[in-house]
Amino acid sequence: MTLAEKILAAHAGKDKVSAGEFINARVDIILANDITAPIAIKEFRKLGVSKVFDPKKIVMVPDHFAPNKDIASAEQVKLMHDFCEEQGIPYFEIGQMGIEHVLLPEKGLVLPGDVVIGADSHTCTYGAVGAFATGMGSTDIAAAMATGDIWMKVPPTIKFVYHGALRKWVSGKDLILYTIGNIGVDGALYAAMEFTGEAIESLCMDSRFTMANMAIEAGAKAGIFRVDNKTQLYTKSRAKRPYLVYESDNGGSYANVIEYDVAKIEPQVALPSSPANARPVSEVANKNIRIDQVIIGSCTNGRLDDLKIAAAMLKGHKVHSGTRCIILPGSQQVYLDALLGGLIEIFIRAGAAVSTPTCGPCLGGHMGVLAADEVCISTTNRNFVGRMGSPKSQLYLASPATAAASAVMGRIASPDEIAAEGGVCR
Amino acid sequence: MKLKGKVHKYGANVDTDAIIPARYLYMSEGAELAQHCMEDIDDGFIKKVKPGDIIMAETNFGCGSSREHAPLAIEAAGVSCVIARSFARIFFRNAINIGLPLLESEEAVANTETGDILEVDLATGEIRNNTRKKVFHAKPYPDFMAGLISAGGLIEYTKTRMANRRA
Ligand code: SF4
Repeated sequence: MTLAEKILAAHAGKDKVSAGEFINARVDIILANDITAPIAIKEFRKLGVSKVFDPKKIVMVPDHFAPNKDIASAEQVKLMHDFCEEQGIPYFEIGQMGIEHVLLPEKGLVLPGDVVIGADSHTCTYGAVGAFATGMGSTDIAAAMATGDIWMKVPPTIKFVYHGALRKWVSGKDLILYTIGNIGVDGALYAAMEFTGEAIESLCMDSRFTMANMAIEAGAKAGIFRVDNKTQLYTKSRAKRPYLVYESDNGGSYANVIEYDVAKIEPQVALPSSPANARPVSEVANKNIRIDQVIIGSCTNGRLDDLKIAAAMLKGHKVHSGTRCIILPGSQQVYLDALLGGLIEIFIRAGAAVSTPTCGPCLGGHMGVLAADEVCISTTNRNFVGRMGSPKSQLYLASPATAAASAVMGRIASPDEIAAEGGVCR
Repeated sequence: MKLKGKVHKYGANVDTDAIIPARYLYMSEGAELAQHCMEDIDDGFIKKVKPGDIIMAETNFGCGSSREHAPLAIEAAGVSCVIARSFARIFFRNAINIGLPLLESEEAVANTETGDILEVDLATGEIRNNTRKKVFHAKPYPDFMAGLISAGGLIEYTKTRMANRRA
């Protein structure tokens, strides 16, 4: 069995499962946010049960339009908050919160070997710690909140092997953009993507979160990494309950194996309006694409190592006049660490704006919505038409290094164009 | 159940931001959401769509976010079913859970254009193109899903499961 199959088998009470099989899996954590919880709560009420199966296994995070951008979003957040109080579900108030997919691993709420379901498509992020985590809709979450389990079809696993040593500014974001560019937005439809190879082992946890986060952008049900020493180091100090580590069997039962030589991969930029439109940065930088806005943050790239790279680029430089650069730390902890590490000062001196944690502009909610014909380069995960505002705006996706370099140049630029110390975390 | 309506056809990878832009997600009622259904890729869709009409698309319809607002908006716009070559996974679950019928059929998509009138028999999966006088067949649902659909969606299915647990 593959790693994903082993976790699912254990949660279905079976010795063995195989791809295509329908199972009922016990869930360890259920997640909802200010957009998806209101519908989940409404559907939960229809079930005729008064209590959720286990409030400690449910987490609700106000992050999308929070801090509330208007009355309607305030009502949604209040509805969710009230439900959490009624049921005793952990709720992260503004001031303690973060973007859900930054917050949950950071708080040790999701752990290796877990099955996690969330009413948010980027729930797949937790595959970075070796959990089987997948996004679902609000009704699924409503049912699971009552029963503690969920029906699932066991996905086939596609193994991605990344050979070789990474180039200086190439991070997890570049690898995943390259991969989606290679296989397409439905290249892993319904499947689990297992990321392996020596280049993956060399990646820091934050880069792994970025890659798992974007598995959904290839249509995948989950993205998953083997638990190694880096994972253990990350989870051990955070875990407040025991967890189990699973491994793929030798040979596994992979639907497909795809191999890349990372020495050939340079930083990537995804052109509008699909994450699969990935191109090497050198090619895009040549086109002199002027930008109005830069966003650095989100559940994809709003972690400390992402901000460190952005700071390395911005240190001693200024954001180009006529360009606005908005940086959104992914959680209060990331914000505090960035503050203590001197990153926030670098950002402010460079002329960037620093926001409280929120999804904000990533989904065109607030804090950086685009006007028609405006161009933005962002470290977020989706550049669909209208995603960050006007359907006539243009959105490019890239790593923090490329986004920050572009902020300095006022056009889409390669990290190599900036005199910067450091490199990507390994 | 038999459905009949005019086809509105789209391309591949119609994402959930196209079906219902995220800027409207401060709402969760189907009727409100329907007013903005498809607006970023087909402005005016809500004005031209008639009850019973059918959305058709190429591959990977509904990719992107997990928002149940997407099938809710489509359903509340009066659309009777969606036919595509393939669907994104979460959208597929969501639609089945709330009772919006989805059909996968390569041949129907290959041989149908916007404006054609289709008749769909959900029980047999038969798709009849009245405009072109052709008949196609949708891929049957796996048994488990067929059961979920006939139970009346996930909420009804879960209610029964919980009642059985208590019994
Ligand atoms: S940061 Fe963006 S992609 Fe991530 S959860 Fe928030 S809205 Fe979704």
